Amino acid sequence: MSVTARLDPQSRDSLRLAALLAPTAALFAAFFLLPLARLFVIGGGGDEGWAVYATILTNRNHLDSLIATLLLSAGVTAVTLAVSTVAGLFLVRHRFPGHAILVAMLTFPLAFPGVVIGFMVIMMAGRQGLIGAITQALTGSKLVFAYSMTGLFLGYVYFSIPRVILTVMAAAEKLAPRLEEAARSLGASPWRVVADVILPALKPALLSAGAIAFATSMGAFGTAFTLATRINVLPMTIYTEFTLQANIATAAALSFLLGLITWAALALARSFAGSSVAAAG
Amino acid sequence: MTTMTLSRRGLSFWAQLVFTLLVCALLMAPVAMSMLAGVTANYFVGIKSGLTLRWVEEVWRLYADTIFLSLRIAFACLGCTLLLGVPAAYALARRQGAVARAVEELLMMPVAVPGLATALALIVTYGGVGDLRRSWLFILIGHVLFTLPFMVRAVLAVMTSIDLKTLEEGAASLGAGFARRFFSVVLPNCRSGILAGSLMVLTLSVGEFNLTWLLHTPMTKTLPVGLADSYASLRIEIGSAYTLVFFIMIVPSLILLQWLARHDRSAP
Repeated sequence: MSVTARLDPQSRDSLRLAALLAPTAALFAAFFLLPLARLFVIGGGGDEGWAVYATILTNRNHLDSLIATLLLSAGVTAVTLAVSTVAGLFLVRHRFPGHAILVAMLTFPLAFPGVVIGFMVIMMAGRQGLIGAITQALTGSKLVFAYSMTGLFLGYVYFSIPRVILTVMAAAEKLAPRLEEAARSLGASPWRVVADVILPALKPALLSAGAIAFATSMGAFGTAFTLATRINVLPMTIYTEFTLQANIATAAALSFLLGLITWAALALARSFAGSSVAAAG
Repeated sequence: MTTMTLSRRGLSFWAQLVFTLLVCALLMAPVAMSMLAGVTANYFVGIKSGLTLRWVEEVWRLYADTIFLSLRIAFACLGCTLLLGVPAAYALARRQGAVARAVEELLMMPVAVPGLATALALIVTYGGVGDLRRSWLFILIGHVLFTLPFMVRAVLAVMTSIDLKTLEEGAASLGAGFARRFFSVVLPNCRSGILAGSLMVLTLSVGEFNLTWLLHTPMTKTLPVGLADSYASLRIEIGSAYTLVFFIMIVPSLILLQWLARHDRSAP
């Protein structure tokens, strides 16, 4: 007490702020930074040494899995952005009876964990699913694609749509309607207004929402786990290396690299968009 | 010509409405189907086999402990994130420099890095320390790491939107010490952020799977772990009934969150 009493008010304030941040910093250092560093070291400590970090490119299976995951995530991001931008813009620009309920339903799946998303895909495209029942009634043969990369694609789009719609709506609500009116009064067609006024104004929001969708699709695990352990995406490869092969060094190295990719995607989007971005699930 | 104005609802309006309704149907159809399947006597036969609570009872018999463990972890996680996150958010709100931004960026990392990687990192570092691996506290550590950023961000957003400095200076000029200012001026002014953060933390913790799957042991199964288990090995009605229980658990906090968001937007 005597020490702080002698300090001038400003440094006392700084000291106090540092003390308030200290418990979080300690927890974070002990349970996140240190373990990640340990993961990195263990990755390099296996039979292959530090070369293990190159196997993501040189090992045929790892490279295939990386490429499949990148393509899947890019596809999910593109489709989700397109669908959510149309729906989100529509919901912001029009009011009609049932509007609030529609928004609530579109954002309800936001809190679903990956396993539940997987189950939703099974409900739609699984052996006893809706799509199977409809196709059987129409064509006589059952269409089942839940337990494959297509099912995973559907699941990640399902997972990402609510998040992206919310981001698009929040950004579109801040758009100045006057800009749009000005463009229209100058004779711009609706499509030109969308292409030249609205989309450029939404770009930061679309970038950050797209980065979240991409990073989540890269790193998510629950949906693939529910659908089929044979789906060749990076998180499943890591899981298999760790549990079935007991190849801890490889699993550690691959998960470190995966973390690096998702973190870089989000950091890059944030530096372009300037808002805080986060993945979940 | 079709326009997108409010007054004239042309072809474009209807096309977009149909599209949006289709997206909504895509999202809601499986939810409705699984809720229904959870109370249908025989899903293969269909709804005509009758409605029953038998499957929900079965879920309760098999998985009640996972529900209680998930609730225990979620509320412990909420306590931790409140104690850690609110003071941290205050410190970050008061300091706007490059160091504070870097710290904020670092704190968000557990959300950016996949749960699978974080869980592996925790296992290789602390898996051999005492009985930690077998304790529910191991899962709690993972959940606190993952949810803390959401608490910090929700509180920080409110703190930076109100004029914290003027409020505090006013209180200080009346002779209030730091503790008094913090508890009677700062916290009450941030309650919407604290509430939103708390609801996020509870919802995310109850549903967390990516980290938990690797951190759990047969003695520490949480609700999502039980869900994965039931999807893989039990009949579709039980998986559905279990999912129904999960929906019922998260719906109240989701409704509150949406209400909060609307309330914030309508406030000046």
